[in-house]
Amino acid sequence: MDRIDRRGFLQCMAWTGSAVVWSAAGGVLSSRLVAPAAAADAPAGSFSFVQISDTHVGFKGQANSDATATLQQVIDRVNALPTRPAFVLHTGDQTHGQKAGAFDTVAELLKGVKTERIFYVPGEHDVFLDGGKEYLSRYGQGTVGSRGWQSFDYKGTHFVGLVNVLKYKGEGMGSLGEEQLEWLEKDVGALSGSTPIVVFSHVPLWAVYPQWGWTTEDAARALAYLRRFGSVTVLNGHIHQVVQKVEGNVAFHTAMSTAFPQPAPGSAPAPGPMKIPEAEARRMIGVTEVAYVPGKHPLAVVDSTLA
Amino acid sequence: MKTSRTAWKRSRRAGLAVVVLAVGLLAGSPAPAAGPATVGIKEFKFTPPMLTVPVGTTVTWTNRDEEPHTITSATGTFGSTGLSHEETFTQKFMRPGTYAYFCALHPHMKGTVIVR
Repeated sequence: MDRIDRRGFLQCMAWTGSAVVWSAAGGVLSSRLVAPAAAADAPAGSFSFVQISDTHVGFKGQANSDATATLQQVIDRVNALPTRPAFVLHTGDQTHGQKAGAFDTVAELLKGVKTERIFYVPGEHDVFLDGGKEYLSRYGQGTVGSRGWQSFDYKGTHFVGLVNVLKYKGEGMGSLGEEQLEWLEKDVGALSGSTPIVVFSHVPLWAVYPQWGWTTEDAARALAYLRRFGSVTVLNGHIHQVVQKVEGNVAFHTAMSTAFPQPAPGSAPAPGPMKIPEAEARRMIGVTEVAYVPGKHPLAVVDSTLA
Repeated sequence: MKTSRTAWKRSRRAGLAVVVLAVGLLAGSPAPAAGPATVGIKEFKFTPPMLTVPVGTTVTWTNRDEEPHTITSATGTFGSTGLSHEETFTQKFMRPGTYAYFCALHPHMKGTVIVR
């Protein structure tokens, strides 16, 4: 046990990037590893932000005996970035099954992130016990109708945070619902087609693997409202691994968890935490950095692992 | 020699089966149980998915996954909170009927308890 811990510690010491930093450049997001070497001579108007996902505080399993510690490592990593992220997006599953006290722990840890602001969307683990009551009491303020979804603009890029876990039903897939879809249509309706768009939600907005519920049943309608834009980047979590797809002007990207990996689609009898040694798991958990550089396509998305 | 060893193995297996059966009968008190009154949760499945028990049986669910699961009655008559790894939930069934339940976190996971 001692040996494993020490090895895990050394791996953490060597860790150079378990956050994905998204950079917006001329409307296309690209990502790069959150590594010290990623220091950039940033052109005017450029900015970067970080996506943290699936922190699952409260989880304790073979792949990770302390999900709080790995989140702290990710935060330290983000704080060591050469360029301070403009803001952070947390794409849900802050807690592992709404474990008692987990929301408080996450909030406390995230206070230590050196950034202007953190935006949240819920994961199903954050809302399934109480229908989102606690989550919305903490993070609903300032969102549309205090329902959790929202949009904001940053340096010409339009960001939309969607909630697709409150109508989690049927086969357990994500769902946006009529009200949110109507809001989205209006929200982006007045924007020029050249506005770079970034959409973030917990469950993927595309069919990664419907057999495991890794899809959002009514995402097609949301994407229809976004199709006319020259650059759309969709950032999701939920599946605890990086999967990317480009469809026309829409780039889809899922982030790693900061807690534990899940199996590749269909590679195991069921989804859920992989039962692998911690050292191995640290190469499969991490964070995303995204950078935007005006005049360049697309936004740069870089995922980096803890080990 | 070979033949007799095989025979011995077989008889021991039969003995085990008797023990398992006896334990099952004891667990099902007061009336003889139709089967073990336990349901395992593993790899996002309730096993067995359908369990038949006599009235008065206490059914125990154990989560063998590292993912949390719930036992949530389809009609709202009983339910657990999120069960962590190796946590259990028990429910006593006092009335005959068919009790459908699912996992609130993974609604495609479904199970039924039939009480006779």
